[in-house]
Amino acid sequence: MAEARTGRPVDRAAIVIGVFLLILAAITVWDARRLTMTSTYGMGPEAMPYIIAGGLALLAAGHFVFALRSSLPAREQADSGAILWIALGLVALIAGIGFGAGFIPAMALLFAATARAFGRTAIVTDLVIGLVLAFVVYLMFTKLLTLALPEGPLERLL
Amino acid sequence: MDTFSALGQGFLVALAPAKLLYALIGVFLGTAVGVLPGIGPALTVALLLPVTFKLDPTGSLIMFAGIYYGGMYGGSTTSILINTPGESASMITALEGNRMAKAGRGGPALATAAIGSFVAGTIATIGLAFFAPWLVDLAIQFGPADYFALMVLAFVTVSATFGDSPLRGLTSLFVGLLLGLIGIDRLTGQARLTFGVPELLDGIEVTTLAVGLFAVGEALYVASRRHHDPEEIEPVRGSLWMTKEDWSRSWKPWIRGTFLGFPIGALPAGGAEIPTFLSYTIERRLSKHPEEFGKGAIEGVAGPEAANNASAAGTLMPLLTLGLPTSATAAIMLAGFQQYGLNPGPLLFAERPDLVWGLIASLFVANVMLVILNLPLVGLWVRLLAIPQPWLYAGILVFAAMGTIAAKASVVELSMLAIFGALGFLMRRFDYPIAPMVVGLILGPMAETQLRRALSISLGDPIALVESPIAAGLLVIAALALLAPFFMAGLDRFKASED
Repeated sequence: MAEARTGRPVDRAAIVIGVFLLILAAITVWDARRLTMTSTYGMGPEAMPYIIAGGLALLAAGHFVFALRSSLPAREQADSGAILWIALGLVALIAGIGFGAGFIPAMALLFAATARAFGRTAIVTDLVIGLVLAFVVYLMFTKLLTLALPEGPLERLL
Repeated sequence: MDTFSALGQGFLVALAPAKLLYALIGVFLGTAVGVLPGIGPALTVALLLPVTFKLDPTGSLIMFAGIYYGGMYGGSTTSILINTPGESASMITALEGNRMAKAGRGGPALATAAIGSFVAGTIATIGLAFFAPWLVDLAIQFGPADYFALMVLAFVTVSATFGDSPLRGLTSLFVGLLLGLIGIDRLTGQARLTFGVPELLDGIEVTTLAVGLFAVGEALYVASRRHHDPEEIEPVRGSLWMTKEDWSRSWKPWIRGTFLGFPIGALPAGGAEIPTFLSYTIERRLSKHPEEFGKGAIEGVAGPEAANNASAAGTLMPLLTLGLPTSATAAIMLAGFQQYGLNPGPLLFAERPDLVWGLIASLFVANVMLVILNLPLVGLWVRLLAIPQPWLYAGILVFAAMGTIAAKASVVELSMLAIFGALGFLMRRFDYPIAPMVVGLILGPMAETQLRRALSISLGDPIALVESPIAAGLLVIAALALLAPFFMAGLDRFKASED
């Protein structure tokens, strides 16, 4: 892993991550303050959140110092289109399961969208492959291993 | 003698025909999934966990042992043939192994990896069988404060001591600890960090986190940079078999690798990277052909691969005897135990000896099966490598989602999978280690329980945490291990020279 250091004075990514850690710490403290039932002796349920929030705040400070001194390993240009396609596939999957479309169609959508992210353009072919794969997986897991998977109109026919 | 009879009983369990079948299925599935590029043993185990949901505990754990070892074998095949190690511990194997494959010696490279893994796995499992009862005797005397100190030590070694950057390792750990807070507090029954979402009351599933971070994160990462480095599969040319010279150059590295890997894996020292690095360095120094290193030296495959496998068996030591996972794979295996309400530790040895020793015996069985199966089947595994990347990752995501759905079919769970996937992508992009987060999630609540138990026994007096010499000693070691990377530039230099 060659870590090419760029010559920027401040690493913005490290600052953003530090701020994010601070926000996490703040949420944790806010949540722990709501805990009304504490123990009379020893440690209550609020102690550990405070410790972890303290650790996160320290790490945030560490990121700020780090951002001034050096920078995170260089990143390559990311293909945002590919990420978007996978995100779309995951959203389709969640929506499919949420709205009761069933396991097989939801999986087929995820399969086709991911394949598209990796540069395939034959979406119909990939949908069919996804359907077949999901069908086989569905049969294997519900019939052979007797696991319950979400059913939609298609699955109820089986 | 106790160990012999216990192990004998274990073999009676593991050699029953049904259990042999489970082991065979586990080994087969583990290798098949582990051989896919970018998938290491941790992800293999996480992806295949749902397959074991409906089996009985013994059968499921035996299948698990097979999956674990199979995943390790599969990973080395990928490293050698396409130079994409699924995890950092196989990076070294890729270094020399891939060069050997490019030079038309892929067969012997695969063979020395497979046989070396067999030798190392067998010796290390013997070590496990003999040292585990001894560690159990020690563990019985551990009080809550000692356990807490041990977990603190594990946190430090997993995240800070051996990583590239203590800052990034600790950040990963603390986010994991934070995720571990989510859910109902076990002592007072109050919900923490659930924000009124009922699905969060049970806490975050280790498998959802692991599969999200490893599988979805990896898919996003590879997709985002697919234009950067196309992978090439090296065909296995020539003979599969090792020549006499290969044998004589391999056997010593196997043994040395084993004795590096097992103790380092058994200590809560986090992962198999260190022994593989060490083994590589030692073999390069001891080799009669140092000029071949970097061009495909068989010692550079034999030693690290043995070290890798031995340390995998080593991590089972703290896992089985103390319930302490020290690698991502071990964390997921612990989740596998917990799905049956089993808590590894001294009690499990007393209460379910059939299960523990059956598992240990089946490690031997899995090892034998692997070495018999894998060399003849290498053609099949190579064909798996040839699956076009779009379909491969689409398939991986389908299985990742399937596992989550099989565990908990809810929109919340799937959304968490997607969020953890995004997190895993960002962590890869900015080079944050993933294992500390997984270990933090599973070990955090355990550490909290022990800490609170220790403090309520002492009526809140914090001195109780260091009163026991064991606890005090462990905490001192943890403090040293935390500070070591800041003072030991030597470790960094050692690492830099390997890069």
